[in-house]
Amino acid sequence: MLLFVPIVLSLFTEQKFKNLKSMSELKLIKGNEVIAYAAIRCGADGYFGYPITPQSEVMETLMAEKPWETTGMVVLQAESEVASINMVYGGAACGKKVMTTSSSPGISLMQEGITYIAGAELPCLIMNCVRGGPGLGTIQPSQSDYFQACKGGGHGDYHLLVLAPASVQEMNDFVGLGFDLAFKYRNPVMILTDGAIGQMMEKVKLNDYKPRWTDQEIRKMSGKWATIGKTSDRERNIITSLELDSEIMEKINQRLIDKYNKMRKEEVRYEEFQCDDAEYLLVAYGTSSRICQKSIQIARKKGIKVGLLRPITLFPFPVKPLEKLANRVKGMLSVEMSAGQMVEDVKLAVNGKVKVEHFGRMGGIIPSPEEVVEALKQKIIGGK
Amino acid sequence: MENIRKTENLVYQKSKILTDNTMHYCPGCSHSVVHKLIAQIIEEMGIQEKTIAVAPVGCAVFAYNYIDIDWQEAAHGRAPALATAIKRLMPDKFVFTYQGDGDLASIGAAETLHACNRGENIVIVFINNGMYGMTGGQMAPTTLVGMKTSTSPYGRDIDLNGYPLKMTDIVAQLPGTAYVTRQSVHKASNIRKCKKAIKKAFEIQKKNVGTSFIEVVSTCSSGWKMSPLEANKWMEKHMMRFYPLGDLKDSERDNPDDYKKYIED
Repeated sequence: MLLFVPIVLSLFTEQKFKNLKSMSELKLIKGNEVIAYAAIRCGADGYFGYPITPQSEVMETLMAEKPWETTGMVVLQAESEVASINMVYGGAACGKKVMTTSSSPGISLMQEGITYIAGAELPCLIMNCVRGGPGLGTIQPSQSDYFQACKGGGHGDYHLLVLAPASVQEMNDFVGLGFDLAFKYRNPVMILTDGAIGQMMEKVKLNDYKPRWTDQEIRKMSGKWATIGKTSDRERNIITSLELDSEIMEKINQRLIDKYNKMRKEEVRYEEFQCDDAEYLLVAYGTSSRICQKSIQIARKKGIKVGLLRPITLFPFPVKPLEKLANRVKGMLSVEMSAGQMVEDVKLAVNGKVKVEHFGRMGGIIPSPEEVVEALKQKIIGGK
Repeated sequence: MENIRKTENLVYQKSKILTDNTMHYCPGCSHSVVHKLIAQIIEEMGIQEKTIAVAPVGCAVFAYNYIDIDWQEAAHGRAPALATAIKRLMPDKFVFTYQGDGDLASIGAAETLHACNRGENIVIVFINNGMYGMTGGQMAPTTLVGMKTSTSPYGRDIDLNGYPLKMTDIVAQLPGTAYVTRQSVHKASNIRKCKKAIKKAFEIQKKNVGTSFIEVVSTCSSGWKMSPLEANKWMEKHMMRFYPLGDLKDSERDNPDDYKKYIED
């Protein structure tokens, strides 16, 4: 790491902190802390959380910043993750920009609230700073919540839209993007990161301050569904996920599926590194993708032409780019800090065209770049 | 008849805030009466546009079909968490939750206690009929000892099931609550008193002085397997002995200054 002291390199030194309105700035800052700054700056209305390692800095930063005195953002420490996600439900149902953050065991507790939010079609932002499991597991970084994040997590047929940042800058950027997508689809959005990105410090360009939405703006944008007070010009708005008539419930299910299919069509985000001449492909997101970039350097020095596909959205998964690459490369290695979860989606995308294997470390261990190259040699290149 | 049906002869009418939907509640159920009272209060106070309500899981899950205001349907027991966020994000709104005893006293005990302890400026209406009505009459934390339910078929036994929980008494001890009362709606006089209590709670919300909590000791004639009349008599004789009616607290939340001295030198 560069330095432990956060240095504020204000782009507009003469303005300093006085003028909140138009100040973007560069900061050396932790991934978790930047979530807090990004939330305030993107005009979030509320944060409801509960402490858990390795992401407690989010709420600590918010409480220290006291945004209720500047932007009017509400910050509340709830009595549990169960309560905090339900507070998010209550706030989201009012058309407000609300969010929570937690880490794996806390996110497990939130699954009840998350499925209700998905069922009631409410927009909100949830950050999971993943640590190793199962159970209490470890506080070290992991990517073992991929299934939970991408395949629903709670009960019922639903999906979150899942963003996987690979840098502290992306932690910042995905807060605003996450809210935009959440409101576009009226669907919960999850930032799926891990303890490494949450805890590491990098240089970040913070956004300008965006004002919170006014009551009029919320009425115009979400007045058709949000519970902001029944006026005489409309029927009452009811936020619920309950429908006892199976015929109607199936239609609701279908509407949700259509929404997820629209996401699959329009919201896939990914990044390719050195794929043009690649004979082999690494597939990795978040922290693993950072390791894989180094692995590519090492491998290419040895004459192995390898590239990387980094999914930025894990749901929707970049199926088509992988399909295309499957026509060109000889094999793919899914590199994850888990027992192998995303590898199933890679296999589904590739559909047997080329060999796909998984390499990963567990228990909170980040694989070394050399280990990845070795695994590529043994599992993909050396294999048939 | 034509002579009688004149506006000047009108002595009673359904609140405009109550919808025309046929209620799904059983005959004799207290829910419909309490719904009516809340609708009347919202109409009288002229706060339809400013009221956001949270429905529970249980028989009152469909409360949103009957009272013509904006509603949120909460997960089982979580209504006070929803209400907390609604009120904090929209402090000028009137926010209330409507919950049964399984919802509030069992699965939502933590959310209830913490919302009350934070002194959230909300109204909690708590219907206590001593059992889970919607799921078919199972034992609740509030079930009286010896009371028969589908999961305590030989009567509630303390060794097996623990003691009945007096949530309202606990809530009254919390520094965040302003007004805590126990009411019923089994007689005309009690209905009037209950309406007064709920209205008072809504008025208190205007003053931002803490949580108001209204328990309504209620019947569940289907679950209790009694006629509505028998159920009312049984409630008076047994429920009200354990859950006596009346105000438990009528002030405002504790003064925050009184809590600062412990850390001052």
